[in-house]
Amino acid sequence: MNKNTNYLLSLENITVSFEGFLALNDLNLSLKKGELRAVIGPNGAGKTTFLDVITGKVNPTKGDVFFKGKSLIGKKEHKIARLGVGRKFQSPRVFENLTVKENLEISVSTPKSPLNLINKNIKNDQLDEIEHLMKVINLSKKINSKAGALSHGQKQWLEIAMLLGQKPDLMLVDEPVAGLTDEETDLTADLLKSLSGENTVVVIDHDMEFIRRLDSNVSVLNQGTVLCEGTMDTVQNDKKVIDVYLGRPEE
Amino acid sequence: MEFKNLKLSKKTTFVIWVLIIAFIIAAPSILPVFRLNLLGRYLSLAIVALGVDLIWGFTGLLSLGQGIFFALGGYCAAMYLQITSSSEFPNNIPEFFGLYGVDNLPFFWEPFRSPIFSLFAIWVIPALVAGILGFLVFRNRIKGVYFSILTQAALLVFFNFFNGQQKLINGTNGLKTDVTQLFGQMVGSESIQRMFFWFTALLVIAAWFFSKWVVKGRFGNILIGIRDDEPRVRFTGYNPVLFKTIIFSIAGGLAGISGALYTVQSGIVSPQFMTVPFSIEMVIWVAVGGRGTLLGAILGAVLINYAKSLVSEALPASWMFIQGGLFILVVTALPEGVLGWVQGEGPRNLLQKFGLKRKIETYPSLEIKNETEGLKNE
Repeated sequence: MNKNTNYLLSLENITVSFEGFLALNDLNLSLKKGELRAVIGPNGAGKTTFLDVITGKVNPTKGDVFFKGKSLIGKKEHKIARLGVGRKFQSPRVFENLTVKENLEISVSTPKSPLNLINKNIKNDQLDEIEHLMKVINLSKKINSKAGALSHGQKQWLEIAMLLGQKPDLMLVDEPVAGLTDEETDLTADLLKSLSGENTVVVIDHDMEFIRRLDSNVSVLNQGTVLCEGTMDTVQNDKKVIDVYLGRPEE
Repeated sequence: MEFKNLKLSKKTTFVIWVLIIAFIIAAPSILPVFRLNLLGRYLSLAIVALGVDLIWGFTGLLSLGQGIFFALGGYCAAMYLQITSSSEFPNNIPEFFGLYGVDNLPFFWEPFRSPIFSLFAIWVIPALVAGILGFLVFRNRIKGVYFSILTQAALLVFFNFFNGQQKLINGTNGLKTDVTQLFGQMVGSESIQRMFFWFTALLVIAAWFFSKWVVKGRFGNILIGIRDDEPRVRFTGYNPVLFKTIIFSIAGGLAGISGALYTVQSGIVSPQFMTVPFSIEMVIWVAVGGRGTLLGAILGAVLINYAKSLVSEALPASWMFIQGGLFILVVTALPEGVLGWVQGEGPRNLLQKFGLKRKIETYPSLEIKNETEGLKNE
């Protein structure tokens, strides 16, 4: 067991090297249970690699990741997902040839073994859960539409609902408001805020207005390492952050 | 490659099935014995095509090695028939062994004396081989073109191995079944062949129901998920390796049953079942019929093969050109196969070109299917 059991997730000295290029360089980051954390940074700062390491897509060259006190290194993606790490991808990745309901069925079904899926019908409480999720994302009328026929915003929301349906302890949300209207962006921010407390949420985004609305702690990544951590105001006034990322306001 | 998930409407499926069943019932009385036997063979090929549709149409695994499992099923059936019909030959073992001076039955032939073992072996052995091969490949995350090449390479390995084993399974000559005995009659006799025809027809329908059961519901949706976005399935907590292994194994089992039925109706099993073109043809039947439709696989297998034999009788050597042309036509003009075309906007578009149908103003899905219902209620 690890000393940092008071953290839900902690990354310790993570280094990821792609043939010499350091995508992550001695990165340290810890999350308490129930925290909402925004991660920002310029392109190529290692934001997506950071998620890849947590979800098992990329094995770090050095360092360790602890989730609920256990190391995630070397575990397969589906095992990590079952431990309670859910991930929403940058561009919405829903199953376009399946209906909205079928998409949600895939996410809420447990146990996730082939035998269970082929033998048994979906449980009633899981159906209730689907109905509830469809109300949350306001897609009840599209229940039997193909997910591919949804608008971009609806797909983003469906993917968030699929993430919720997995009931993860840690939600990793990569650019949830890319391509959304202002109104949808605000709604998404409120949704994510309402999830924290019970859930632990990591949000990666570029949209400063959106991040500000989340009203959470912010970690700034640059060149694969954490440059600065704190509230939005602290971060925005940090000299290093201004230099590498935010830029100086025009005089 | 763009996949669309095609679901045939209830009406179309019903009409096609009524036609198929009517034809099967009428066939023995309207077709001459020779043609009936051919139809029986082609119906048995429909079963291997169903398996190809499960792994390719639904799961996105383009296997070019289904001939392995097809041949294994055929060998299991032929070994049973040979061993149980060998009492009048020297040493009570199949006749061909004498040619190579083999006096003792190789050990793996022994269990095939049992009809029950053989009936299971026909589908269990191919399913096991497919499962093991599949697991090793899928565990290493080999997919796409690499998977196809690997299955073809495996096919060649099996082909060469079987070709060279004279002392075990009569090598390149294969095992004949038409002069063996079943229920006290010659397997090649008209009554037994007629029985096999009915049996095959029943099994095609059973295999179709089974395949439908497999792909309906959540299991089938995961297969489609794996086909369209495998990493997403993984990050949702499912292990794609298991699902792919299971479906590949099921397809292997279906191929085995298919191969056994084909063997007893064509009178011989040989390594020719494991040639590269034959396994590619299986894929073509499904592509032409319409992948992801199941019914398309059955129609493709039966109709293309029937056409092949008719064309080959009239114009020998021209079939390869026609088959090639058919494949090009499907790839360029009917990417969803004939059934997919009929089911989609195909006929409407064609009629429009001739000015027989009015053009639709919005998206077809809005006007044709009732997806606007929800809006009307608002």
